[in-house]
Amino acid sequence: MSEETPSVPPPVLPSSRKLITALAAIAMISGLLVAVTFQVTAPVIKKNQQAALERAIFQVLPQAEVHANFRLEGDSLTALTSEQFADANVFAGYDANNTLVGVAMEGAARGYQDVVRVLYAYVPEKQGIIGFTVLQSSETPGIGDKVETDAAFLANFNPLDASLNEAGDALAHPIITVKNGRKVNPWEIDAISGATITSAAVGDALNDSAQAMLPTLMANQDLLVAAKGDS
Amino acid sequence: MPTDPRTPEPLSLTTFTQGIWKENPVFVMLLGLCPVLAVTNTATNALAMGLATTFVMLCSGVLVSLLRKVIPKQVRIACYIIIIATFVTIVDYAIQAISLDVHRALGAFIQLIVANCVILGRAESYASKNAVINSFVNALGMGVGFTFALLCLGVVREIFGFGTLFGFELFGANFQPWAVFALPPGGFFVLAGWLFLFAYFRKRREASHAKEPHVA
Repeated sequence: MSEETPSVPPPVLPSSRKLITALAAIAMISGLLVAVTFQVTAPVIKKNQQAALERAIFQVLPQAEVHANFRLEGDSLTALTSEQFADANVFAGYDANNTLVGVAMEGAARGYQDVVRVLYAYVPEKQGIIGFTVLQSSETPGIGDKVETDAAFLANFNPLDASLNEAGDALAHPIITVKNGRKVNPWEIDAISGATITSAAVGDALNDSAQAMLPTLMANQDLLVAAKGDS
Repeated sequence: MPTDPRTPEPLSLTTFTQGIWKENPVFVMLLGLCPVLAVTNTATNALAMGLATTFVMLCSGVLVSLLRKVIPKQVRIACYIIIIATFVTIVDYAIQAISLDVHRALGAFIQLIVANCVILGRAESYASKNAVINSFVNALGMGVGFTFALLCLGVVREIFGFGTLFGFELFGANFQPWAVFALPPGGFFVLAGWLFLFAYFRKRREASHAKEPHVA
């Protein structure tokens, strides 16, 4: 401790070596603490994220009892084991009789604040989207986040038409979001009044993902039907 | 202020209670208002934010106090920021490990605890001058006071904005939420209401003890 009294002249600067040593030592302690915490929490965090995704899968596919994991890359769809859950981007849900009830996939689009990531359920039988859940969003509480709770908005997915064209390489009708009360076709989403941008983000996310994934998915439908849930 | 700013204070009950009442970081000192306004839309978020801030305040207070004779005065602020940032990162990982939903709700405001002036203020004006045990007790009091203030806002905003308290429904299905309370302006309104209440009681007490000198 310095022996300061009010009459003492300005203190002498310590050598820069001392300053640098102190900073470096504190930075090293800090680095060590952060590294240790990361090592301890990383597996738990990963488990939490997977559990959250798994909950979301069963939420969008309420009839599903089990799910199987697939990876869709380019034009190919490969089945994964339940241990490879982290690598999967297509999740097929099966009921108790091991019948395919639907497929859950992820979509993302820019919303009002930030990217909105959704997980949606596609039912090959109905060629339509029966529901979605928001995985990540920073939309305005009380306004933008109504897309998950507003009954009239959720009625759009009952189901939302997402059938492929005759060539099977794109959607027959792109999914579009229309202003509140203007929906006439089954592939249109009736936006929430006051939350148009978030509603449109959900529509864009579904359209982009469906356009990219569904052609390959439907071409490999046999693989989905044949697979059995294993988790 | 004492003549020598480094005079350590003796440990007393005031060490703990000053953060809760007399120097409440939010209601008296009006510090750290960014998280106070931003993440108090529900009581759960307010509690999580308060606990996270308390943890950072406790750990950084203890470490700053331990290193107070080692840290050169010229680089002390940089050192405090590194120490605080370390514990904020630890809290960030810990919350992700405990509950992803809470982490999602608090969003960027966990990282922003680094810039919370209550914590830097404690490190600079208390922990750097006092013994470890005093710093711990003082930081605990400040943390409790901060959490209490956040809860005061969070409870009111959740009841009016969502019709729930800690996620439990309070009213029937016919309740029409008063959405403005969940939105940023609601934070200002509710904070103003609480500040009014605190100022009112303080004035009243001062008026009844008119002979006592004013302490702020």
